[in-house]
Amino acid sequence: MFGRPKTIQDGLARTRQSFFGRIRQLLAGSTLTPEAWDELEELLIQADVGVDITTELVEDLRRQAEAGKLRTPADVDRALRERLIAMLQQGAPSVVDEPRLLTVILVVGVNGSGKTTSIGKMAYYYKQRGRKVILAAADTFRAAAIDQLKIWGERVGVDVIAHQPGADPGAVTYDAIRACQARGADMLIIDTAGRLHTKYNLMQELAKVRGVAAKQVHRAPHETLLVIDATTGQNGLAQARHFKDTVGVTGIVLAKLDGTAKGGIVFPIVRELGVGVRFVGTGEKLEDWAEFDPQLFVAGLFDQNGNE
Amino acid sequence: MFENLTEKLQAVFDKLSSRGRLTEADVDAALREVRLALLEADVNYKVVKAFLERVRERAIGAEVVRSLTPAQQVVKIVHEELIATLGEGAKLNLSGPAPHVIMLVGLQGAGKTTAVAKLALRLRKQGQRPLMVAADIYRPAAIHQLEVLGKQLDIPVYSEPNNRRPPEICANAVQHARKAAYTVVLLDTAGRLHINDQMMAELEAIKAKVQPAEVLLVADAMTGQDAVRVAEEFHRRVGLTGLILTKVDGDARGGAAISMRHVTGVPIKFLGTGEKPDALEEFHPDRLASRILGMGDVLSLIEKAEQTLDQQRAMEMGRRLVSGEFTLEDFLEQLHEVKKLGPLSQLLDMIPGMARVSKDLAPDVTEQQLKKVEAIINSMTKEERRRPEIINASRKRRIARGSGTTVQDINQLLGQFRQMQRMMKQFGKAPKRGGLFSMFQ
Repeated sequence: MFGRPKTIQDGLARTRQSFFGRIRQLLAGSTLTPEAWDELEELLIQADVGVDITTELVEDLRRQAEAGKLRTPADVDRALRERLIAMLQQGAPSVVDEPRLLTVILVVGVNGSGKTTSIGKMAYYYKQRGRKVILAAADTFRAAAIDQLKIWGERVGVDVIAHQPGADPGAVTYDAIRACQARGADMLIIDTAGRLHTKYNLMQELAKVRGVAAKQVHRAPHETLLVIDATTGQNGLAQARHFKDTVGVTGIVLAKLDGTAKGGIVFPIVRELGVGVRFVGTGEKLEDWAEFDPQLFVAGLFDQNGNE
Repeated sequence: MFENLTEKLQAVFDKLSSRGRLTEADVDAALREVRLALLEADVNYKVVKAFLERVRERAIGAEVVRSLTPAQQVVKIVHEELIATLGEGAKLNLSGPAPHVIMLVGLQGAGKTTAVAKLALRLRKQGQRPLMVAADIYRPAAIHQLEVLGKQLDIPVYSEPNNRRPPEICANAVQHARKAAYTVVLLDTAGRLHINDQMMAELEAIKAKVQPAEVLLVADAMTGQDAVRVAEEFHRRVGLTGLILTKVDGDARGGAAISMRHVTGVPIKFLGTGEKPDALEEFHPDRLASRILGMGDVLSLIEKAEQTLDQQRAMEMGRRLVSGEFTLEDFLEQLHEVKKLGPLSQLLDMIPGMARVSKDLAPDVTEQQLKKVEAIINSMTKEERRRPEIINASRKRRIARGSGTTVQDINQLLGQFRQMQRMMKQFGKAPKRGGLFSMFQ
């Protein structure tokens, strides 16, 4: 939160100095030793990629190496990158930039994943790109959540539509859509209360918010973003599954990628649910926000210019 | 995958012929499955490795108790080792002169502010006079959040204007607490990254100024492999005295708890189990170990039931749940009892094998829904309650009229009930196959 603005590369620098940097070192040798395969497995698992994908990748690469298709560590390195990139390239592209009168983005996630901060940064991002953005404070549950969003609204310079704490999130959404139409805003971003995906009633409430948007604006919400904390382990997949079932998540925001966590949980999520990663959050400042690029993400993981 | 660990181990052992004593081959085959299970539960790779070595040592040559299958024997050893690794829970250290300062630290979004409020409420119930201190001057509206919680719980909050630095604020708060005879001071520090040197230095400064009795790391139960580094770094910089694991009411296995405990050696003191201010539980290693292994939280269920129902009813309820003799009549009878136990989904999560299905089957039972269900069942004849399969369309219309509901409501209830009954029956079968339930009896 201090110092220069962070970019996705900076966020990833931390990632590569620790683990993927080591993969690179391992693979920079001249021969493929059995230990190298074990280390490769360890490194992928430690990045939260998950047991299934890790085992599959390592076994597959190993088979190819044994069949003589991959001869050097450099070959393995290249094949691994290709596989990882391909895995992240699934999912329909975002339709946010398609022309329409009002684009509605619904933001959901478990408690503390970083929804409100992400919304502040996203609002700034789109405002910089010439959109007229309004924020809806539909987290009426958590203490002071509305004020938190209002402060972000002031920082960015966009309007925030809010009711009293405890108000119906659906009603807030309705009013916010009306406000967008009245004030000529072309983008509405809805902040919702954090909820564990296992809480049935809270998930139903979210479906209702979605329903209100759908009724008021043609094909809304045009994007439903699930915010996932980069430190999340394998539970991230269960989160994504439930939120997708209930509100039709169309994209992932990977928040807090400026720590030492790798965010490898996006691999199983993207693969199983076919939902792409849209953005990466890398800090607490307005500019700590970047579009997700699979090439860059994976290339960044493997780059050698970390500070190790 | 966890729910099946015993079954998986069973399959592994079925292929092996040895009986009576666990051979190296038995153990290695079993531990491969255990390893996958632990990794899926987010236990750190290195921690898993160290852990399995200990289990292996203990397991090879171990005699298989007559009443257990080899698979159960291995699970038992794993379970015991997990409990040992998790260590005993510990009470808050409130020795020495008041006010006792408790400092909560952690990453952004771990749940510190909520944990501060829950702890304060708990301490007040124990006769303490808590003061909460808003030391998060960075996150927008964080101070206000604590103030709102303070108002809701009627617990005072100490805060200062924005230009003060957190170490000063905390020192002033402790001084204020001394004068105003508060007995416990809870510091709500800002969330920060363990690698942010400047922010970590701030924590060191706060600690030096207030000499806290406790420095508790608040960590999300959903944390992945990185938990190790987070805990290590916080411990290195500020010397932790305990852990609070939050959001345990979700379906995360919570393997991060093992990792953090392993690298810091400090006890897990509390679990955050819900959004309500009283949803803070003491830590029991056996329960978390069962959860990490996917064995459900049978002990918690039993204890929870005991608190609310009398012993006999608890046993009867347990028997009925397990045996699958569960009619709409029982359902109604127990609705009131269940209400006291908390949301049904939470209850089901505690039963082995149910964690996976409970979310789909058993929505949180709210007061309103309970009333509806009650009305519907009350409008049925005795025969209908015992044999819901006889309820045809015309009976449904009658029941709907009688209970002021719709035929849809009745279909929904019956559907849910059938599913639940089926699950209960399936679950009841498990012990016959030597399921884990027997381990707890």
